[in-house]
Amino acid sequence: MANTQAMCTSFKVDLFNAVHAFNATGVPAHTAATADTFKAALYVTTATVDATTTAYSATNEVSGTNYSAGGVTVTFGTAPTSSSTTAYITPSASIVYTNVTLSTAFNAVLIYNSTQSNKAVSVHTFGSQTITAGTFTLTMPTNDSTNALLRLA
Amino acid sequence: MALVNTIHGEMDDALLEKKEGSLDNETETTSWVEYWLNGELVHRSVHMELKRSVIGTPVAASLA
Repeated sequence: MANTQAMCTSFKVDLFNAVHAFNATGVPAHTAATADTFKAALYVTTATVDATTTAYSATNEVSGTNYSAGGVTVTFGTAPTSSSTTAYITPSASIVYTNVTLSTAFNAVLIYNSTQSNKAVSVHTFGSQTITAGTFTLTMPTNDSTNALLRLA
Repeated sequence: MALVNTIHGEMDDALLEKKEGSLDNETETTSWVEYWLNGELVHRSVHMELKRSVIGTPVAASLA
C-alpha cells in the first residue's frame, strides 16, 4: 500500500451536491434537502458564452415564437454519482423546445441554476441551427464516466 | 395523411415537399426534417444528440 495524492472522488460528487462550504460568502443556503432548478437557454452564433460566463443573460439569447426568455427547465432526475475517479451527472431527460420558430441561427446552450441567481453551470456548443414551426430536441449522452454531460475527472 | 405543423398552421404532408438530412461528427449526431411549400420553408425540426462532455479536472496540489 502507498499513499497517493488525489482529489477524493467522493468530494467531486459532493461538489455536484453543494455539500461543502469553504467560505460563508456567496454560499447558497441549502438548508432543505431540495434540488435546485436548472434551465437551458439557447444563444445565437454571434453570442459569447464560454468558460468565463458566470450567469444567465438574455443578451444574444435566441428569441422567437413560443420561445420564452431563459429557456426551458432541465430535468436532473438521477443523482450525481461516480465511477473510478470520475464524478458525473447528466440530465435524465432530453431538453426540448416545442413548436418554436427560431429564425436567427444558434449554436450554443447554457445550462444554469435558476434557483441560485441564475449562476452558470456549463456551455455546450453544436452546429448552427434554425427552427421553423418545429421542435428542437437535445438528447443527452449516456450517463456514465466517459460520456456524461458533466464530469469531474 | 399526416398533419404537419407549419408557419401556416397544420397542413397535410401530402401537399408539402419533405427534405431530410443528418450529420454525425465528434460533437453531435443530428438529424433534421424540413417541409417546403412552393419554395417556402414552412417547417424545420432538429433532433440532436450531444456527444461532447464538459469535463472539469479538480487538482489536489502537492504541498512540497
